[in-house]
Amino acid sequence: MVVMNPTGDIALQERNLILLSLAVMLVVVIPTMVLTVVFALRYRKGRSPHLYDPHFHHSTKLEMVIWLVPLAIILCLGVVTWITTNTLDPFRPIERIAADKPLPANAKHLDIQVVAMDWKWLFIYPEQGIATVNELALPVDVPVRFSITSTSQMNTFYAPTLAGMIYAMPGMQSQLHAVLNHAGDSWGFSGNYTGDGFSDMRFRLHGTDQAGFDQWVAKVKASTGALTTDNYLALEKPSNKTPVTYFSAAPQDLYGRILNRCVTPGTACLYELMAKDRAADRDNGGIMSMPAMEHSSGTHPMNSTMDHHQMAHPAESGT
Amino acid sequence: MQDTSTISAVFGRLSLDSVPIHVPIIVGTFAGVAALGIIVVAALTYFRLWGYLWKEWFTSVDHKKIGIMYLVLGIIMLLRGFADAIMMRAQQAIAFNGSEGFLPPEHYDQLFTAHGTIMIFFVAIPLVVGIVNFVMPLQIGARDVAFPYLNNLSFWLTVAGAILVMMSLFIGEFARTGWLSYAPLAETAFSPDSGVDYYLWSLEIAGIGTTLSGVNMIATIIKMRAPGMTMMKMPVFVWTALCSNILVVAIFPALTVAFFLLILDRYLGTAFFTNDNGGSPMLYWNMVWMWGHPEVYVLILPAFGIYSDITSTFTGKRLFGYTSMVYATAVITILSYIVWLHHFFTMGSGANVNAFFGIATMVIAIPTGAKVFNWLFTMYRGEIRFELPMMWVVAFMLTFVVGGMTGVLMAIPPADFVLHNSLFLVAHFHNVIIGGVVFGLFAGMTYWFPKAFGFKMNEFWGKVAFWGWVIGYWVAWTPIYFVGLMGTTRRINHFDDPTLQPFFIVAAIGVAIILVGILGFVMSIVMGIVQRDKTRDTSGDPWGARTLEWSTTSPPPEYNFAVTPIVYDLDAWQDMKEHGYKHPKDGFVAIHMPKNTATGIYLSGLAVALGFGMIWYMWWLAAISFAAILVIAIAHTFNYNREYSIPVDTVARNESRRDAQAAARI
Repeated sequence: MVVMNPTGDIALQERNLILLSLAVMLVVVIPTMVLTVVFALRYRKGRSPHLYDPHFHHSTKLEMVIWLVPLAIILCLGVVTWITTNTLDPFRPIERIAADKPLPANAKHLDIQVVAMDWKWLFIYPEQGIATVNELALPVDVPVRFSITSTSQMNTFYAPTLAGMIYAMPGMQSQLHAVLNHAGDSWGFSGNYTGDGFSDMRFRLHGTDQAGFDQWVAKVKASTGALTTDNYLALEKPSNKTPVTYFSAAPQDLYGRILNRCVTPGTACLYELMAKDRAADRDNGGIMSMPAMEHSSGTHPMNSTMDHHQMAHPAESGT
Repeated sequence: MQDTSTISAVFGRLSLDSVPIHVPIIVGTFAGVAALGIIVVAALTYFRLWGYLWKEWFTSVDHKKIGIMYLVLGIIMLLRGFADAIMMRAQQAIAFNGSEGFLPPEHYDQLFTAHGTIMIFFVAIPLVVGIVNFVMPLQIGARDVAFPYLNNLSFWLTVAGAILVMMSLFIGEFARTGWLSYAPLAETAFSPDSGVDYYLWSLEIAGIGTTLSGVNMIATIIKMRAPGMTMMKMPVFVWTALCSNILVVAIFPALTVAFFLLILDRYLGTAFFTNDNGGSPMLYWNMVWMWGHPEVYVLILPAFGIYSDITSTFTGKRLFGYTSMVYATAVITILSYIVWLHHFFTMGSGANVNAFFGIATMVIAIPTGAKVFNWLFTMYRGEIRFELPMMWVVAFMLTFVVGGMTGVLMAIPPADFVLHNSLFLVAHFHNVIIGGVVFGLFAGMTYWFPKAFGFKMNEFWGKVAFWGWVIGYWVAWTPIYFVGLMGTTRRINHFDDPTLQPFFIVAAIGVAIILVGILGFVMSIVMGIVQRDKTRDTSGDPWGARTLEWSTTSPPPEYNFAVTPIVYDLDAWQDMKEHGYKHPKDGFVAIHMPKNTATGIYLSGLAVALGFGMIWYMWWLAAISFAAILVIAIAHTFNYNREYSIPVDTVARNESRRDAQAAARI
């Protein structure tokens, strides 16, 4: 059971959280189930007629217990929830390699850009300048930052050995910080149904030591074919059971253009449209004019906040 | 928008190619359904039952008959939804080692969409609404609901939605977008054909029916209680029905609007939920789940009410902690509005937002836990009679707490990150819906069946139904929890990992056991009818129950109560029995009752035509149907001849016959 035996520290903490909460809840669930069976047997008609009390329907003490026991359990879980939701927030950079391995002071994270497509996963390694389809290689004990988007559907990036899932959404970017602690191969999945080819939309997660990772990068670099704009547009077309593919090179700005939905030459990028909208808004004293309505993305609060990522990220990852 | 060149002025985009004669499974199904249909129609004609059905049932505004018709609809649709379930389980059990099973994605994706849509909208809702419709007015001592004609219309609009869903099986296809038809997948760019349109129009039409029914039930509970029945003397089932319908009225508009905006996107090219032009698919997800989460409570609250009434009847005790039960129900109602985001913690809303919605979700476990303890302590020092309804209650308590636990588990956002959209999640909601809602509905149908028909369901087959469902549930869904923990995501058509296969085979066996349960339930009704003379009840109170519906005859007369009861205590009928209540012999008055009307059927028939016209782009049909709906609806408001009077003599004769029967029995 991969969810119960993960090899990445984040997934391990999530596993431990599941076990802890189950233990806390079983404290009340098991006695409840036992009492149900005991009462059902004990108070069966004819079994213990002397105990029958048709007027027993209120007891302040018992009612206090009835409300306070679940309250106590939920208080405990609520505190646990508040803390872990913050510490295990996928957008938050990781703070340790493993329980017994602190993050080295000079630790550098590995950047990987993930694009969910119909129906395959594209991984771009900006620092290494390479890209792959349906294969994700990770060096062990190196913190990884995934920047995740999608070309057409709401999908979910889910590598159960590594960490929890997060949505991949067109025109928006999610992030996931994680670290893999053991070498080995496993699978990553799509969590959210996206149509016909969904069942075969999986990727191989290849965990290896740093030397193995460097060899893997060299192997990808030695492959033929770069991820040019043309190649990308061909790849973007829906396809099923796409085999693992290596691209020896990928343009630095490609991910930013995918995110801003302007890979096709001549298409305006989302951040340009938003800037235009905002300018139009300003000119009209804040009231939206009809031309601005055509590209109203900039006025949507979610898009406005995402805007920072969208504009900042391609530049950031290039460094 | 679709390429307009292929759209004919008369048939829209409907053509002979839309009929899937090349798919053997569908042709086989069609042959089966058609044969069954012909047999039913022939039988009804042979026994000259059409007139009877039309006059006594279809056009009836009697809440009891409408309730029963809702239940019949729900049971028929349960068979359809369950057929989908069998096919899915069979597919997942065999699609291993390179085999893609017998269902290609195109068909499989329609199946899981139809299964979810049907089970929630056309099984769970009609069954819940049906029981509320039948039981609630009797429990509050009313003669009918507040708006009897509206009630009939609500029912037929629900039927209209169901008809459109069933049509999609043979004309065109159903949606392949999952039971909530998430944008952007449901947008024209990715789902251009008629499937999503079938989905949208059938649910819009049925949704209007459900909303109207909600208004009706609230008005009935608020305005039509018998004298003396203050809010805190209402049976718990009435409380849960009230809260459930308050939820309905508040949330269904959100769904209707979300679907309507998606309709605008698909028909007029607007961009509410599209990827481009400033649309936001996230907005759709928020809107459907603002409906979707409270909807779970729309279904489960009345089930909680059923369990409460049954527990108190079969333990021979007043419900333990009535007041805390009522407050627990109200708290759940309010909290259910502020938890919807837990359906997409993984969308990246940020830690604080996730934590808020996670903790809000868990807080619901407190009143729900209190309820479980209340049932438990009602059993304590009781005199429990394990008749079938009570057996369902115990099975519910043991099954539901597990589902509640996995629910709280997934309310913790970081735990949800590894469990979301996995089969663990699917197992969780089947655990609470089968173990909570479905068990409750079976308990309720078994419990109130003798009230509706005057004889009990067959006990042997009822036990077969009980054990089939309970054992079947555990065998079918326990392995699914485990494959979820093995990292398997939902809606997958075939697998590579052979270690998963044994789990899916066990799940398929479980579904076969549930099938035994379903057949057992149908048989318990059939055999109940066959052997009705053995279990006939003339007392009106076969279970020794405590609430008002048992104070009248079984089945109740059309006017429910010859003399409106006066309520002095909670468990009004128990109180009346304890005080030596005697059935009145005289002093009857003439009773005003609402008249039958066929307007609801006409409007709903036109709604089917409207939906069909819109789905297939037959604009003329849609326009004519819409205009006709307006004309008929308005014309109906000018019909002032809506009541009739039952003369005193008839009432007195009915009542004395009842007394004679009861006396003969004793």
